[in-house]
Amino acid sequence: MNRTTHPILSMVLSRLGLGLLSLVIVSLVIFSAVSFLPGSYAAAILGQNATPEAVAAMERQLGLDQPWALRYASWLATAATGDLGMSFSGRPVVDVIGPRLANTLTLAAITAAIAVPLAIGLGIACARWRGRLIDRVLSTTTLASISVPEFFVAYVVMMIFAVKLQLLPSMAGIRNGMDFGEQLIRMILPILTLLLVILAHMLRNTRAAILSVMASPYVEMARLKGEPEARVVMRQALPNAIGPIASVVAINLAYLISGVVVIEVVFVYPGVGQAMIDAVRNRDVPVIQACALIFAAAYIGFNLLADILSIVSNPRLLHPR
Amino acid sequence: MTQDIPSPLVLEIENLSIEARANDSWSGIVNGVSLSLRRGEVLGLVGESGAGKSTIGLAALGYLRPGARVAGGAVRLEGQDLLALPEAARRPFRGTKVAYVAQSAQAAFNPAHRLMDQIVMVAVERGGMTRAAAEERAVSLFAALQLPEPDRFGRRYPHQVSGGQLQRAMVAMAMMCNPALIVFDEPTTALDVTTQVEVLISIRRVIEEFGVAAIYITHDLSVVAQIAHRVAVLRYGAVVETAPIGRIMAAPEHPYTRSLWAVHELSVSHEAAAGHDTGEALLSLENLSARYGDFEVLSDISLTLGRGETLAVVGESGSGKSTLGRVITGLKAPSAGRARYAGAALPERVSRRPKALLRRIQIIYQSADTALNPRQTVRKIIGRPLALYHGLRGRAREARLMELLRLVELDPAHADRTPGQLSGGQKQRVAIARALAAEPELIVCDEITSALDKVVQAEVLRMLMDLQARLGVAFFFITHDIEVVRAIADRVVVMERGRIVEQGSRAQIFAPPHAPYTETLLASVPEMAPGWLDRIIAARA
Amino acid sequence: MNDSIATPSAIPGRLTRARRALAGAPLTARFGMVVVLAYVIVAVFAPFIAPYGEVEVVSRVPFDAWSAAHPLGTDQLGRDFLSRLIFGARNSISIALATTLISFALGCLTGMFSALAGGIVDQVLSRFVDALMSVPDLIFILMILSIFGSSVPNLILIIAVLTSTRFFRISRAAALNITSLDFVEAAKVRGETLLWIAVHEVFPNILPLMLSELGMRFCFIFLSIAALSFLGVGIQPPTAEWGSMVRDNAALFSMGDITPLIPAASIAFLAIAVNFVVDWLLSRASGLQDEV
Repeated sequence: MNRTTHPILSMVLSRLGLGLLSLVIVSLVIFSAVSFLPGSYAAAILGQNATPEAVAAMERQLGLDQPWALRYASWLATAATGDLGMSFSGRPVVDVIGPRLANTLTLAAITAAIAVPLAIGLGIACARWRGRLIDRVLSTTTLASISVPEFFVAYVVMMIFAVKLQLLPSMAGIRNGMDFGEQLIRMILPILTLLLVILAHMLRNTRAAILSVMASPYVEMARLKGEPEARVVMRQALPNAIGPIASVVAINLAYLISGVVVIEVVFVYPGVGQAMIDAVRNRDVPVIQACALIFAAAYIGFNLLADILSIVSNPRLLHPR
Repeated sequence: MTQDIPSPLVLEIENLSIEARANDSWSGIVNGVSLSLRRGEVLGLVGESGAGKSTIGLAALGYLRPGARVAGGAVRLEGQDLLALPEAARRPFRGTKVAYVAQSAQAAFNPAHRLMDQIVMVAVERGGMTRAAAEERAVSLFAALQLPEPDRFGRRYPHQVSGGQLQRAMVAMAMMCNPALIVFDEPTTALDVTTQVEVLISIRRVIEEFGVAAIYITHDLSVVAQIAHRVAVLRYGAVVETAPIGRIMAAPEHPYTRSLWAVHELSVSHEAAAGHDTGEALLSLENLSARYGDFEVLSDISLTLGRGETLAVVGESGSGKSTLGRVITGLKAPSAGRARYAGAALPERVSRRPKALLRRIQIIYQSADTALNPRQTVRKIIGRPLALYHGLRGRAREARLMELLRLVELDPAHADRTPGQLSGGQKQRVAIARALAAEPELIVCDEITSALDKVVQAEVLRMLMDLQARLGVAFFFITHDIEVVRAIADRVVVMERGRIVEQGSRAQIFAPPHAPYTETLLASVPEMAPGWLDRIIAARA
Repeated sequence: MNDSIATPSAIPGRLTRARRALAGAPLTARFGMVVVLAYVIVAVFAPFIAPYGEVEVVSRVPFDAWSAAHPLGTDQLGRDFLSRLIFGARNSISIALATTLISFALGCLTGMFSALAGGIVDQVLSRFVDALMSVPDLIFILMILSIFGSSVPNLILIIAVLTSTRFFRISRAAALNITSLDFVEAAKVRGETLLWIAVHEVFPNILPLMLSELGMRFCFIFLSIAALSFLGVGIQPPTAEWGSMVRDNAALFSMGDITPLIPAASIAFLAIAVNFVVDWLLSRASGLQDEV
């Protein structure tokens, strides 16, 4: 492709642009939601007995007296540099969230590293032996387990491994001083719970993605060329299912992010989700905004990644006429 | 066409019965079929949709579609009964001893792999060839099949190649391991006539060159006449007649076989009644053009259509004939030119046309499956225009509805059915009744018979001609099928790439001299007698 | 519109068809339907079934053990656990159902409208929905609730609006598929209005898909309300709600008492049952073409 840009490149670039655009819109929504607050924030923080002077002083201190657009611009500008402002509790938001973000990321990364290959592998197995015992068992149990609330899974896991068998600690309160091995042991139960929750979704969607490709005429053609069924799945169906599977994985990883909130609360795990719930209870708006922005950015990022993967895996786009 | 010399049996199907699952019970889709095939012989399997042609063709590979099972019989390939083997043991035969060519190569090639990888795969893995040797053979097959740039053809992906080339690539793939038998399953049905000729020539060449036995499945008798040595006519999953091609074309024995010739008889019967030239123009288009974005789909179209007349618009896919229909019905606005209807200017868009005008121009679509709302009963489908245009309600509407059903030769009891409970031909009759309910002067018929089986097609065409004689309605008849044009047209417009290349009365168009494109088009339509393809091949050599 | 002739003959046909469909339902779907029915009965007749009142303190001892008088013991404030479980069915199901129906109506109407209108209207609506969907639901709800405060109307409204984006997407996509079909074009050429086309040609065809989506979304909403209540920002005390019952009695877990798992299991059981029915509906909807 000499001077004209490859269509893939321009498509990927436009997706990146769209992702950035939705991030801006989301940040606008997150920010503007705050200005819908009935009554004054400062008054809410200071309580009913606050004098009007004190409220005005608080508003000035928080910058709430400035025009809306200006406040958004400065919030966005500082957020982009990593400075998320001051929480209402007086500590910088970065200090509140920073260490917790690392904890949450560790939890999510370990879970994803186990869940993604396992779910795709089992999904492929279900598609390969569809209608057989393994498929029926997995389809029914996963259908049941996507219907179960996360905290139910969490408490059942806790009941079995911590209370009855007493193998593992029920609370996952990890601290900085702890050595990594100890931290890992405390993380086992939250990870197990997250795995159980997320595996079912991912497995079902992977199976569905492959099966929809399996209905294509070229799959029948491969069988008519005498290809064994395992090869038909791996070589004919799978390459064409990469796009759908990538989006399945992305959606579920994004789900991992919000699912983590409940599980962090159950196991008292010091992560971002826990921080967000605390902030919601204390109505600590800057922290809520920061958490929402982090979750939304991750969510948008995963979806963007899936989009790009499915573009890149499409031979029609990769090898234009 | 060589004489039948007793050469070794390649395939022997004996008393084969196959059942398919429908609504929790098994019903027979192939019932006691016996066929045999010798080396170098081509057997044509002919029948309407649902006659079991493909099921038998796939059974020759020991393959059954999901939801089907063998109820009895044997399929012996070079003496080995495939059905007696477990699935895993049948697999090695496929691709090596017996190969398959699918109807749509576009769908049957995997979009994710290069053509060469797909074509040589079986030969390398089970045919005992090295990759280099296999590629060499593939390239020589590409050359034999007259594919462009045979050395580099295999490097392309399926979407980078045209439909006709892809179909030939699929023939090359089937030939890779020099199989004893190839099953061709409607390999040219999805192609335009001019492309079909090229593919037919290629198929014929490899069959003769390699002496392979072949089953050729088609619903098109004129195609089978060119390719097959013997023909088996199927109906309801059973063979009604088997005979050498010459005999079955000249003197078909079974009444059903004879009925397959109906379309051609129709053209003769209409010939006498032809010519409703009233002289009064109903619709006239002057220098009309239309475009999608920068692409001009119609350029400089001028034509007139008289009252009670049938104007056939013929062309291949991409000729713009359907777009022309959309311009007339107001779904696509022209970019230039004028349209007049009954002496007045025809507003460009549907939204600008008054209801009284909309009533006068109706449309019937190619596929009644998508043209009828599957959730509505026939009563509601036909009743709606009666209420909308004529304000009919209650008993008056019911009476008119029954009248319309009789007019299109449908049982009044069908009024309570939904389209899903009707056959293809019945559905198209409902669509026709819906158009007639408006009492129009002009009906745009967009390929309305091409989704129908030949016999049904003939019945529908005959009915349309009757209706025209009775009701005086004009047809703007869009089609790609020269046979249909010959049967029903008063006047003909030939289109190519958005332009009219020739127009005139049916007699003028079908008699020489032709415009160059009309010449190609007419020459590409297979004749109903053996030997047509031989002449074309001879003329090219 | 006025199908005076069609109606009498259509109704028995539809009934027998429904009965035949039910007879052909798989075991899981039948099980699901029975369970759903049982829950509905408990929810509707809660005041007659429950031995005690919803907020009635019946014991001085919190966390009273299981006994004949209190089959599941008492909760952290000494209220009868079983009674609260029964009232919980009523509260949890009715709130989730109301939310689902509101979001269904909102999403379907805007989705179909967007698909049929096309052009700039469709573009603007779709971009707006995309932006709303690019924030994880739970996070968005938490943020809004923290600003507007947690009350039942707020909860219903926020979740309904957020969930309506899913209905919007699916009804828009389904409607777009239908509008590309010839019978919709034929209706346009016939001179029908957009509203007539939406009601008569499009809606009946997307209904099966939308119904199964309705069931699936009900599960989602039911689970998110439970999760929010569990986090303490959903339905507020003293209203009995299954999610908050788990949270309030979580202390019992450390003693190895499984009582707080019962409301969680009740949530799971209903959601499983609904999903079994939905799964069956979905497979019927997708196999519709060859089935009819």
